[in-house]
Amino acid sequence: MSAMDQDTGMFKVQQTIGSVLCCKCGVPMPPNAANMCVNCLRSEVDITEGLQKSIQIFYCPECGCYLQPPKTWIKAQWESKELLTFCIKRLKNLNKVKLKNAEFVWTEPHSKRIKVKLTVQAEVLNGAVLEQSYPVEYTVRDNLCESCSRFQANPDQWVASVQLRQHVSHRRTFFYLEQLILRHDAASRAIRIQQVDQGIDFFFGNKSHANSFIEFLRKVVPIEYRQDQQLVSHDVKSSLYNYKYTYSVKICPICREDLICLPSKVASGLGNLGPLVVCTKVSDNITILDPRTLRCAFLDARQYFRSGFRSALTSRQLVKYFVFDVEAPVGEATVGGQKYALSYVQIARESDIGKMFYVQTHLGHILKSGDQALGYDIYSANVNDDEMEKYRLSVKNGLPEAILIKKCYDEQRERKKGKPRAFTTKKLPMEMDESRGARVDPEKMENEYEEFLRDLEENPELRFNISLYKNKDYQESETASMTDGEGAPTVPIEELLAELELSEEEEEGNDEEDMDE
Amino acid sequence: MATRLQFENNCEVGVFSKLTNAYCLVAIGGSENFYSAFESELADVIPIVKTSIGGTRIIGRLCAGNKNGLLVPHTTTDQELQHLRNSLPDQVVVQRIEERLSALGNCIACNDHVALAHTDLDKETEEIIADVLGVEVFRQTIAGNILVGSYCALSNRGGIVHPHTSVEDLDELSTLLQVPLVAGTVNRGSEVIAAGMTVNDWTAFCGSDTTATELSVIDSIFKLREAQPSSIVDEMRKSLIDTYV
Repeated sequence: MSAMDQDTGMFKVQQTIGSVLCCKCGVPMPPNAANMCVNCLRSEVDITEGLQKSIQIFYCPECGCYLQPPKTWIKAQWESKELLTFCIKRLKNLNKVKLKNAEFVWTEPHSKRIKVKLTVQAEVLNGAVLEQSYPVEYTVRDNLCESCSRFQANPDQWVASVQLRQHVSHRRTFFYLEQLILRHDAASRAIRIQQVDQGIDFFFGNKSHANSFIEFLRKVVPIEYRQDQQLVSHDVKSSLYNYKYTYSVKICPICREDLICLPSKVASGLGNLGPLVVCTKVSDNITILDPRTLRCAFLDARQYFRSGFRSALTSRQLVKYFVFDVEAPVGEATVGGQKYALSYVQIARESDIGKMFYVQTHLGHILKSGDQALGYDIYSANVNDDEMEKYRLSVKNGLPEAILIKKCYDEQRERKKGKPRAFTTKKLPMEMDESRGARVDPEKMENEYEEFLRDLEENPELRFNISLYKNKDYQESETASMTDGEGAPTVPIEELLAELELSEEEEEGNDEEDMDE
Repeated sequence: MATRLQFENNCEVGVFSKLTNAYCLVAIGGSENFYSAFESELADVIPIVKTSIGGTRIIGRLCAGNKNGLLVPHTTTDQELQHLRNSLPDQVVVQRIEERLSALGNCIACNDHVALAHTDLDKETEEIIADVLGVEVFRQTIAGNILVGSYCALSNRGGIVHPHTSVEDLDELSTLLQVPLVAGTVNRGSEVIAAGMTVNDWTAFCGSDTTATELSVIDSIFKLREAQPSSIVDEMRKSLIDTYV
């Protein structure tokens, strides 16, 4: 009965807890703070009194969210941890007792009831701590959340729209932009994309989405835009105004390979750059090159739109020339990463081979005799441009008869005609504008797109920001690459991305190699 | 037989009354019900005295006594002391003690033969107790509580102690007091036994919250079922006669 207490060396009597009778039911039990057996205590005291046992919650069947008043909608799966946390949060008064455990009790999903069993602990009577479990029933009521209801009412409901326009006769810029947007995922939040004559419309659900899209555009092309808004509804009591915002974005009409006659102010502002210039690159700046002096200048969006000049001749008016003779380069320059060589060449138009021209060109580094080239036929062109006329009248020797722009690979392409390309491109989900009548000629679109793809093949720097995907149907033909001495330029295989295919059996990874440049 | 009653809607009857084998003290209550309950039980057997101690009504906890004497604290006024001396039988010695711990009812638990005292009681007080009450005094604790007078209700035939008293303690106390003891509760699980009830050799009074279980425990440990006041007196007479002879 008595034992030596080793720790303190004190003589401690062993204490055996006796048993008392429960004061209510008389069953012998060890004494506790309330001196009642657990059952009597439970029947006596209900610690769940005053706690909520049933409550209503709202659920949006469209997006699977639950409402947390006043305005937040929380997405949660059926019987998930988030749903449990949400359910417990909705209960009032739960801070009076200590929550020990919570779990879901199975209910049929279509019964619209969620049952949660909570185990709580609280102090009763003279300090006895009692633990009790009780179920809480949640009635789920269907209620569309605001965004879903707005969407249901009018699926085309947009809040901000960006109207992108470029007033030129071709769609090359838009093809290129489309690829850029796909690569950078800039239009991922657009509700709708519609293709219209001379432009594309993007519709967003949120003004900030539209703003970020415009910021993206501003980085890749020179643009000018203005914002307008239209009042949709007005809540008088809380002074809330609901607007629709429209951004009208104009892309500068100068494109690559355009021939421009600069107005005298602009030319002198750029250091007397020869008024006849060729546009070599358009990104967020416009790069223009004087073919006679091999001098380059950059105009950013603000500078361009201050003067707003247009090109004199565009790539539609390019004419094929045969190159007969290329003389040794008189001067060489490297501008903007590109090498140019100034030399005199003898050329004749394909349509009129008899008439030979002796002109200066900046493409001396790539042209050889026997080549074909594309250029502007100023000699016989009827140019509708005021600046050009002024210049023609002012200059003594007259305008150059032709300005060559690029080398032509048509012959080489002939051999590859009909064979599929090594790469494919993805497209944006655009709607065609049916309402204005079929002004868009499908064949014309095809040709333009073909031109664009050729452009991509010829210019590696254009490919820089674009993702090209391996064409699964393309077979590398060994023979073709052997026989040509000089084949048409193609996209090297290393630059192509494999499409990501997720299937049950196998997963092809994305082999992204380093891009050149 | 144990009776259930209330003092002004309060179940702590041990606070407002003191019951011994020779007399009964009750507090001056708002209604006569309390008094009449005692009267109906004890009517001609022992005197029932209405009093206050120190102007308060908590007389049960302030004084300690048995059939031999009554000890009152120093807060008792002279009038009260005189009133007590007048009302109580002559063999009961009423003594006022100068003691720092003035709630004598909480510090001393006694029957006619033995008493348990608060461990910090003065030596003089202990001597006075032994002298006036004619008991053997033991300094003890009950379930670790030093207020032995509150947590133990004692009569000559048995006693109830704090429910958390361990079995060893119970044995020890039982040997000291020479009466059977049980750990129990009163007034629906209240641990302060002596405040909830008051008891003598043939009757007990408990608060009205006392459950039937508790009442049965009280009845059995204090052996109240067979007890009748006359039988006690007869027994006493028998023994008296015995000794006389």
